[in-house]
Amino acid sequence: MKRILLGATAALALGATAVSAGTLDDVKARGELNCIVNSGFVGFASVDKNGKYQGYDIDYCKATAAAVLGDASKIKYKPATGKTRFTILNSKEGDVLWRNTTWTFVRDVDVKLAFQGVNYYDGQGFMVPKKLGVKSAKDLDGASVCIQTGTTTELNLADFFRVNKIKYEPVPTEGNEESRRNILAGRCDVYTTDASGLAATRATFKDPENWVILPEIISKEPLGPVTRHGDDQWSDIIRWTKNALLAAEELGITSKNVDELGAKAGNNPEINRLLGTEGDLGGMLGLDKKWAHRAIKAVGNYGEIFERNIGKNTPVGLERGLNALWTNGGLQYTPPFR
Amino acid sequence: MASVNTVAQSDSGQRNFIARLWYDKEARGVILQVLTVSILFAFIAYITSNVIANLALVGKTFSFDFLAEPAHYDINQSLIEYSSKSTHLRAGLVGMLNTLAVAVVGIIVATVLGFVLGVLRLSPNWLISKMVYCYVEFVRNTPVLLQILLVHGIVVHSLPSPRGAQDGGNLAETIFFTNRGVFAPQPLPQDGFGFVIGAFVLAIVGCFIFKRWAKKRQDETGKYLPVFLISLGAIIGLPLLVYLLMGAPLDWNHPELKGFNFKGGFVVRPEFLALTLALSIYTAAFIAEIVRAGIEAINKGQWEASLAVGMSRSRTLSEVIIPQAMRVIVPPLTSQYLNLTKNSSLAIAIGYMDIVATIGGITLMQTGKEMETMIIVIGFYLSVSLTISMFMNWYNKRIKLVER
Repeated sequence: MKRILLGATAALALGATAVSAGTLDDVKARGELNCIVNSGFVGFASVDKNGKYQGYDIDYCKATAAAVLGDASKIKYKPATGKTRFTILNSKEGDVLWRNTTWTFVRDVDVKLAFQGVNYYDGQGFMVPKKLGVKSAKDLDGASVCIQTGTTTELNLADFFRVNKIKYEPVPTEGNEESRRNILAGRCDVYTTDASGLAATRATFKDPENWVILPEIISKEPLGPVTRHGDDQWSDIIRWTKNALLAAEELGITSKNVDELGAKAGNNPEINRLLGTEGDLGGMLGLDKKWAHRAIKAVGNYGEIFERNIGKNTPVGLERGLNALWTNGGLQYTPPFR
Repeated sequence: MASVNTVAQSDSGQRNFIARLWYDKEARGVILQVLTVSILFAFIAYITSNVIANLALVGKTFSFDFLAEPAHYDINQSLIEYSSKSTHLRAGLVGMLNTLAVAVVGIIVATVLGFVLGVLRLSPNWLISKMVYCYVEFVRNTPVLLQILLVHGIVVHSLPSPRGAQDGGNLAETIFFTNRGVFAPQPLPQDGFGFVIGAFVLAIVGCFIFKRWAKKRQDETGKYLPVFLISLGAIIGLPLLVYLLMGAPLDWNHPELKGFNFKGGFVVRPEFLALTLALSIYTAAFIAEIVRAGIEAINKGQWEASLAVGMSRSRTLSEVIIPQAMRVIVPPLTSQYLNLTKNSSLAIAIGYMDIVATIGGITLMQTGKEMETMIIVIGFYLSVSLTISMFMNWYNKRIKLVER
């Protein structure tokens, strides 16, 4: 899922670089948020029967639009592949990238992207048909492994097999859909990608119960939103919108009780600050006081987004795991709203 | 006074000169051409400087140093030794060889298939002719990318899994056809195998000499020898004889089912099979039309004359018609060869690791060297295409009508 393509140059190679006007002003003037999302990834970003985008990343787009424009439906989705996503962002076709993108050193520093934190802690795993009886990834000596080419996944895989001194045959494909076809046709024994991706892919199978995800997680894949270098105000908005949804879960604010809690200042000053009944955090961002209120109202808090799209009761069926709040032993933690 | 006069004269003289140049048809042509070329070069210079400036702006340097760094990725099919510890350069070489493998095998298969189909298309048998017609029209009028995906789908879905191939789907338990590839025994030459190769080379050289002699004999006496069959027999028979005399100096590394896959032996991956097959089928349809056009371009009188002197239909075709038709066939055939080679860059669609997938794909995405990798890939295709063109032009010159 995590391409290492550095799209900046391709985008810049022929066009002159315009002096950057604030993205916030652009979005407000346009009255619409251009949100870069995955072109098809069940649970995270996919088109439903009615032709509407649904998913975890989509909810973050909606929260952003609600916070900035006051309307969660004022979004133009820009579906992107792993290869094109950074080019679309850097060429200003999109304002923000909410597309399960791994935060790595090279991307952050060399590709000149600005990562705004982590909204999903992921890691690379393996999925095999149950009937193979494989219990651990170390039993995979000699196996054929389906993989999406040009991703960090490919490099992790090579390293994992090299470290464990076992052999394998990589079966590369362009995207998730091609890999899915290959594993269903039996071209390979194993499918490897991010654990969330495995679960999402398994959810699209006819017989998901016949597939197991192996216990080994062989890499760290922190996924999060990305903006362009050099627009700090816009980056702040994206980062703190993400944090607001997380803080909402911590503070017990949900899409159901947000109107009640935000109507007038209550006893908890942090809730008051977040929902704009005390102070003016929104004004500091260049937004109004009710920015976070609207975002939470539109999509709910972090826990709600998780459970609705990819949680245990959805076809994807992911556990909170590392993505539980820090108070519950997970890694999800937000700096304070003060 | 005089000086003023001179200036005025030379002034009007100059104007006259430019006007004369402009109204002169030949001079005007030259001026326009010079202008066009300078605008073109200015445009190229502008784009180049823009690219360099913008690359510098995002802090990227132009350098091929990344080629010496380890690639860190694996490739499932390689004609040379390769591992994830090898360099990007080596990964690029693996990709180049994989592209060449598809191009060479594809061109051979497409040529044979195309010639057969082209001749059959002209068959007096209505059914055969119409069947080839349908084939050609179907294949020519659908996108080659879809055909590649279709053939890959068929190969992967119709062949059994490795375990299935153990029970059925093998040739005498030596060659196994699986959806992971075709596994065949790999020959391991032992002491004395050099003699067999020597015999093979000797047979080929002998055949050339024999062919000359046979032609001379035919010119002198009119007696015809089946040169092709005799040569074929010699090329296969002589090395075989030496092989048996040396006591079969060849060991075989047989593939064996171990765990998930077959191990050992020689493997042809389904991606290679599918790509080569699909490109051959596609290009063969075009070649068939070219061959048909070439044959039909030959005057009917050639057929009649040849049949009249008692040559059979097939000999007329192979000795009279095709050699003349080649002059019409070869130039368009060259461009089909080039097309096949370039179409092989669609390999990535089914995950075949050609040059576009290795250095133009994974290496590019890892290192972010768009300019450098694309220059390598384009340079490679350019040199392969030019080599093919050069060879075909040489061949064309050899077979062209000798004018007296």
